[in-house]
Amino acid sequence: MELWLDLKERKRGMNSREISLKLNGCEVTATVEPRIHLADFLRHTLGATGTHLGCEHGVCGACTVNVDGDAVRSCLMFAIQVDGKNVTTIEGIANSDKTLHPIQEAFRKHHGLQCGFCTPGMVITLEAFLKNHPNPTEFEIRKAISGNICRCTGYQPIVAAAMEAATNLKNQGQ
Amino acid sequence: MGVKYIGAEVQRMEDLRLLKGSGRYVDDITRDRMLHVAFLRSEHAHANIKNIDTENAKNLDGVHGVLTYRDIASSFDLKRMSQLFPAPVIEQNITQYPVANEEVCYVGEIVAVVVAENRAVAEDAVEIINVEYDVMPAIIDCRLALEPNAPKAHNKSKNNLVGVIQTSFGEIDEAFKTADHIFRRSFLQHRGGCHAMECRGVVAEHDASENTLTLWSSTQCPYLVRRSLADYLGENEESIRVIAPDVGGGFGPKAGFYPEEIIVPLLARSFGRPIKWIEDRHEHFVATTTQRDQKWDVEVACNADGLIKGIRGEVTHENGAYVPYGFLLPFTSLTPLPGPYAVPAVDVSLKVVFTNTTPNSPVRGAGRPYAIYAVERLIETISKNLNIDAAEVRRRNFVKEEQMPYATGALLRDGSPVKYDSGNYHSCLEKALALAHHASFKDRQSSARNDSRFIGIGISSYVEDTGLGPYEGTTVRVQPNGKVLVRSGSASQGQGHHTFIAQIVAETLAVSLEDIVFESGDTGKFPHGVGTIGSRIAVNVGPSAYEAANAVKDKAIKLASETLEAAEQDLELSSGNVQVKGVEDLSVSLGDLARTLSPKAGGKVPSGFTPSLEATSYTGSNGSPFASGTNVAEVEVDILTGNVKLINYSVAHDCGTIINPKIVDGQIIGGVVHGIGNALFERMIYSEGGQPLTNTYADYLLPLATEMPNIEIVHEESASPLNVLGIKGAGEGGTIPATAAVVAAVENALEEFNVEIDYYPINPQHLTELIDG
Ligand code: FES
Ligand code: FES
Repeated sequence: MELWLDLKERKRGMNSREISLKLNGCEVTATVEPRIHLADFLRHTLGATGTHLGCEHGVCGACTVNVDGDAVRSCLMFAIQVDGKNVTTIEGIANSDKTLHPIQEAFRKHHGLQCGFCTPGMVITLEAFLKNHPNPTEFEIRKAISGNICRCTGYQPIVAAAMEAATNLKNQGQ
Repeated sequence: MGVKYIGAEVQRMEDLRLLKGSGRYVDDITRDRMLHVAFLRSEHAHANIKNIDTENAKNLDGVHGVLTYRDIASSFDLKRMSQLFPAPVIEQNITQYPVANEEVCYVGEIVAVVVAENRAVAEDAVEIINVEYDVMPAIIDCRLALEPNAPKAHNKSKNNLVGVIQTSFGEIDEAFKTADHIFRRSFLQHRGGCHAMECRGVVAEHDASENTLTLWSSTQCPYLVRRSLADYLGENEESIRVIAPDVGGGFGPKAGFYPEEIIVPLLARSFGRPIKWIEDRHEHFVATTTQRDQKWDVEVACNADGLIKGIRGEVTHENGAYVPYGFLLPFTSLTPLPGPYAVPAVDVSLKVVFTNTTPNSPVRGAGRPYAIYAVERLIETISKNLNIDAAEVRRRNFVKEEQMPYATGALLRDGSPVKYDSGNYHSCLEKALALAHHASFKDRQSSARNDSRFIGIGISSYVEDTGLGPYEGTTVRVQPNGKVLVRSGSASQGQGHHTFIAQIVAETLAVSLEDIVFESGDTGKFPHGVGTIGSRIAVNVGPSAYEAANAVKDKAIKLASETLEAAEQDLELSSGNVQVKGVEDLSVSLGDLARTLSPKAGGKVPSGFTPSLEATSYTGSNGSPFASGTNVAEVEVDILTGNVKLINYSVAHDCGTIINPKIVDGQIIGGVVHGIGNALFERMIYSEGGQPLTNTYADYLLPLATEMPNIEIVHEESASPLNVLGIKGAGEGGTIPATAAVVAAVENALEEFNVEIDYYPINPQHLTELIDG
């Protein structure tokens, strides 16, 4: 099959931009093609593979990351759009002493994950939500994660985890 | 003494990594110099390929190769894939070529493959490949597939019949002749795809110096992939290593062997570089096997008191365009008959037909949800027509606990009788009814009706043959540092294998869960495994882990009795040591015993011992343990919009001995939600010409948090006598009865409109039509 081994030099940097951002608190500067979406950039350029891609068309929520305080779908945002912004992914959500964030802790306790594929998106979505809604009802939590699909858990343990995390976060005054 | 772990609600060992984003799924794997592939897939349901022009694609910057069937076949014997599960009843055993040769038979069949520097460029190149097709007529609706003038799914086949299977026992004619009543129902059943949140994916790497291939695949069955690939390549199985890393859900379709699992390693070898393919969601809808339609025409013969005398009928099963997975899905559509009921005669036949749609393979529950749905529809029909409470019809017909083990009369494929090993169906029913406050439902219903609200309740009972053999082995080895290595073939897609297997081993060896080092799903680490399908892992690996750990325990005690100069019966395991019962000071650590059995140069293994403090067991279950249970759904129907809302959902579930209640409940809740999705949402629609119309998650609706009810669970634990721990499988028991419960509840809510639902997923628009008569 040597026939197809003709390695062609791809013209690099033909169409690219330099961006700077803060990823999980660390300054990052990188060169990106304008067409690369944020999720691919995080995963494949920066090696932060905790953010997952479940649909690449903006419905499943697996790719959710936090940009300047908002939970956003990183498959629907271009990498160049986070120039100058603060991005937090699942890798940066734990407490500064590396112990689990109360939401992560509650997921563990309530069996809020099985395969773990939707989990980073769920945790990031809930983190942003609970910041703004410290006293949620169960149905408000269900609405908050209605843009995050989980095929494994049936959502119930995730809702239970979120309810408990809300209480714990409030008690911690976070 | 050790901790009692079996049955305990311990937190999962898997979770820390996954919660921190440190899981490693296939797309997280990178290798040096790795290239990427994307596939051009057929855009037609049925066509002949006249010409493929790859010139433009080849000239794109960053493209390393564009290959068609002809290109690959010029240097490699590119034959059709082999049948994974051959059976004599498959009359037309047509499998696909990894890359289509002359004919494409479904939208999604691979036509060409691009190798490029990254996935984006590979996808760019796919777009500019030009294919000339000669479009052929396609057959899409399984109900029309056997009509005399139906288009043929394959040009060269004589018709669309793949094969016929049947389950038949008892005096069926007699039953129908002597019955007081005969009721008939016809309905179409539709089950969608797996839709694991992680799509499929493969990374392959060839080591030229050793001539070995390593594959990382998002698979439920790494050993099946290895075997199938070795057979296809005509090569040594041991030269291929297949690793299932973290897998983001499976639910059935990841248990097969796919064209991409041939092409990607072949290209890795020919290009001399690692290659990655990650399926995108759009591809997943057409390229990953799925379940689809079954048309049932079925009738029941019963007495005036509702006692069933016989069930007979005919089924048409949509197979899709090829037969990748034998008849496992059709078989499991008949074997559950007649469900949890003592029915003296059954005669149901099933025709498997080709259609020009994505090939089928089991999705969570496989064919069982179809069969249970059919039986439960008949129970509801008897209840309505004879005006006997639906729960009472079940009570009268259930197999009774004292009849266990109960031979239904049906035969397994190997000729042995189908036997329900244990269970208490009556008790499960009563528990589920109590949980659902069934006794007060009529009051709830009439007060809701006074408020112009239509609520309904539906019951569904089931049995499930779990724990398909032959085995899933385990090795337990104490390492010199005292940590216990546990290896098994069983790959996990989120079911918590690490945790529950560690529970069994840790309890047996009196070590802590943290002392267990668990490895699985890697053919390089354990000689042979079977696969994570059919609710079989706990049933098979539970006993083997238990036996292997006990063998290690016995060996440790025997050796310690020499070291400590104490009788074996005076010794016990405690906190990582073997000690004289109750005397911590008189002890030797498991780690030291392991060292004694793995001496350095010049050392000696004590006589009477084999080296290494380890044991391997392949003990499984002596036949299929039957899980069982009853679900009760309560719904509200909006008669204006046809919207169905679940209010309550109650489950009584019997999967025998429970190792970890949290994991089991997680399986049940997730499974029920899948079944609710089948009942209300998930519908894969094809146009008449075979174009998939619902291939985004905006169109194909998966259950979301807002639509799901709270699911309450109560357990019945009737231990299976078939394996040492009494385990029955739990992976699919949530899904199997759920659809029937929801559909029955909707009919019940609309009692006064006399609605008969003949199709699921229930479509609100269709429901309003039924309401309007
Ligand atoms: S991957 Fe972004 S929403 Fe699904
Ligand atoms: S845990 Fe598997 S998709 Fe949510």
